[in-house]
Amino acid sequence: MMKQKNGALSKLYIALILFFLYAPIIVMIVLSFNKGNTIVWKGFSLKWYGELFQDRNLMGALANTLSIAVLASFFATILGTSAAIGINNFKGKTRSIIQNVSNIPIISPDIVMGVSLMLLFTFLGMIFHFQMGYVTVLISHICFCVPLVVLNVMPRLRHMDRSIYDAARDLGCNEWQAFFKVVLHELMPGIVSGLLISFTYSLDDFIITHFTQGAKFQNLSTEIYAMLRRKIPPTINALSTLLFVAIIVIMVIINLRDRHEEKMKNEK
Amino acid sequence: MKKILSILLCAVIVCSSAALLTGCGGDTVGKNGEVNVYSWGDYFANGQDDLKDTIKEFEKETLIKVNLTTYETNEEMYNKLKSSNDNYDIVIPSEYMISKLIREKMLLEINYDNIPNYKNINKRFKNLSCDPDGKYTVCYSWGVTAMVYDKTKVKEKPSDWNALWDKNLKGDILMINNSRDAMAIAMQILGINPGEKFTKADIDKASAKLKEQKPLLKKYVMDQVFTEMESSQAAIAPYYAGDIAMMMEENEDLDYVLPKDGSNLFYDAFCIPKSSKNKDNAESFINFMHKPETAAENCKYLRYGCPNDEAIKLLPDDIKKSELTVPSEDYLNKCYTFADVSDDIYAYMQEQFVKIKAE
Amino acid sequence: MKSRKLTIPYIFWMLVFTMIPIVIIGFSAFNDGKGNFTLEPFQKAFFYSGVFLKSLLIALISTAICLVLAYPLAYILTRMKQSSQKTVTMLLMIPMWMNFLLRIYAWVILLQKNGPLDLALSLLGIHGTYIGNTAAVVVGMVYEYLPFMVLPIYTVMSKIDPGLIEAARDLGSNNAAVLGKVIFPLSIPGVISGITMVFVPSASTFLVSQYLGGTDDIMIGDVIDNIFWTDQNTGAAISLLMMVLIFVFLVLMNLFGDEEAIA
Repeated sequence: MMKQKNGALSKLYIALILFFLYAPIIVMIVLSFNKGNTIVWKGFSLKWYGELFQDRNLMGALANTLSIAVLASFFATILGTSAAIGINNFKGKTRSIIQNVSNIPIISPDIVMGVSLMLLFTFLGMIFHFQMGYVTVLISHICFCVPLVVLNVMPRLRHMDRSIYDAARDLGCNEWQAFFKVVLHELMPGIVSGLLISFTYSLDDFIITHFTQGAKFQNLSTEIYAMLRRKIPPTINALSTLLFVAIIVIMVIINLRDRHEEKMKNEK
Repeated sequence: MKKILSILLCAVIVCSSAALLTGCGGDTVGKNGEVNVYSWGDYFANGQDDLKDTIKEFEKETLIKVNLTTYETNEEMYNKLKSSNDNYDIVIPSEYMISKLIREKMLLEINYDNIPNYKNINKRFKNLSCDPDGKYTVCYSWGVTAMVYDKTKVKEKPSDWNALWDKNLKGDILMINNSRDAMAIAMQILGINPGEKFTKADIDKASAKLKEQKPLLKKYVMDQVFTEMESSQAAIAPYYAGDIAMMMEENEDLDYVLPKDGSNLFYDAFCIPKSSKNKDNAESFINFMHKPETAAENCKYLRYGCPNDEAIKLLPDDIKKSELTVPSEDYLNKCYTFADVSDDIYAYMQEQFVKIKAE
Repeated sequence: MKSRKLTIPYIFWMLVFTMIPIVIIGFSAFNDGKGNFTLEPFQKAFFYSGVFLKSLLIALISTAICLVLAYPLAYILTRMKQSSQKTVTMLLMIPMWMNFLLRIYAWVILLQKNGPLDLALSLLGIHGTYIGNTAAVVVGMVYEYLPFMVLPIYTVMSKIDPGLIEAARDLGSNNAAVLGKVIFPLSIPGVISGITMVFVPSASTFLVSQYLGGTDDIMIGDVIDNIFWTDQNTGAAISLLMMVLIFVFLVLMNLFGDEEAIA
């Protein structure tokens, strides 16, 4: 699209939306420095950060959460993108049937999905002699992530001009080259947003993980939800704050590097 | 795309290495096998509040690795135990669920010879009504339901559950969001003993009473009761006594009431499910958790009742004397333990409670 | 590119991990718990028709608000510098990476009596309750799902050929006409994906209403969560009914969109 300048009003709008999205995060950060054990401010303290690093379970759970989210969104993106391209080649009824079935995992309530997956894995486990754990959680997460990727790639795919693929072939690309260099490039924004949304859903999922986790696997959300009977300890706020800061720092570094590279290019 | 992937990867690397670092120093843990504990969330002292991390202590002493997973309700735990092929070595269900597990032959008999610390346990908590022969359980904690109220909003100290139906407090009352406890409170007011087997008709009466209460309520709550009461958002709420003790530490305006006609006495006990593959380790875990020092640490953290007499001796006076953690014998004699009702009645009770909320 | 083979792994995947679970749900919805066929779970499920309606209504309102907020945002995004586009997209998603429950808790604190919002507004002389009602639930939902509306719309919009817009301008269209006659029709597939991604989870979610709503704001997800353990059959029946309702909604939406839509 045209790179026109956005007016002040547009900038204000973005700022307001970002404020809406970040207000709760600010609350969370403030609470992580609260001396008290509650939501009532009792003075500044770093004690929850100290206790956080004592908590081996929490750190292990965090590592599990992140690695599952990365792997699940990665595999779901591959599976979902190829599925979307394939589905797009079907016509009429077949296509709508495949698409409908593909949406089931996000339409069905988590608890139902979780329990039925548990039953399925238990059944398969008895046949193939395995127990639920990291892998079954990963598979379940891929399950609900794939439809999200399809939903994101599909609109972009429908808009794509088929002739560019043919043009690439005419210009001497083989089927794969044409696919990777042209088609994927065209679909990229859809794939990226599918990946991002999958990653986000995976981070947040609790119920499905709970039922497919087995006797040894624990991730952050199962830890946090299990605390619901009592209350969420402020160490979780401290953990999330650190995570948040880490993400922001990484983002800033990457941005600075990009800008630097851009400058170098311009100077040439 | 590259940018996003690299952000994700960096985050994972940073966190995994942090996890590895904090997990270090325990290389030999696991030498003596492992034990899969399936427990309520946040149910052992974990190193916070200057207390010991009792699970870590266990690992250090026995070199048995603990795999801790958690559940939020008894029913959730039951379902997983029943339908999955996971091998759990220890679960900590509440009394009514223990009866059900015993009935359905889902537990192993415990070898008490491996648990010498069993002798520390108060007689009241041996041979529990759910396990009359004392073959399957070692009590871990117990407690009663009580009320917490805000002195600035409730001028006169209430005496019984009727305070939760007080029209003057309309919009300021919280009710427990758990069918068993809510129904029990309503039944007690109506003069039905929730400790004896009750019928569907009794449940209907209790439901009618709860329906009457709904317009007066601010909310049905579980964990939210902490934030609501600690930050003075509501006037009065029923909850578990040990948790009320924690709330009172955070807000000076709060006080508690043990309903004068008694209330629900509940307990959670260690059990070993049939699927266990490390029964010996499970027994040494139970034994360790009932060492007086460990049990005292857990009690200081939880503030729920401790069945371990030797541990109680080690508690600081303010906890030992607190009626919320250790109610008097007289009071306990007035209390009832929720009846072991059939699955059918239980499901009916749950359904009626959901219907009250859905109407 | 024209090959359908690419779908084969996915179709296999769906057969195992989607169809089998759905068969299990269907089986228990028509079951009395002892293996006999019965319609009783559905009779019980119909008791909650009021809750069904309320959930759909809350989901619809939240989706509509998300759309109204997200559409201009996506439009502004596409007009930014390439690098800023990426940054802002990331900024939209990052809050969602903090745990769901922590975010909801934070909203409880923001909206509660003597909370930041209450204090700020009372400085202006406005007093009120901002939590414990349906509006608070809607705010929570919009917060949870807004980014899932922005992304698909933005994805499609950024694909629109600038030449088209220039052509429209050259032919005398003003900004509003360009937006209404060129950009909007072309962005419909993204809008439909966005609506699906917001409406579906918000109709079936639980906990949000429990934390932000009052005693009357129970949603169907909460009912399922509450009842499932003691009565799996009714739980399954309610879930099936809800899935059918959502399906109907998606199909209706497709009638307004075109056949490109996903449902």
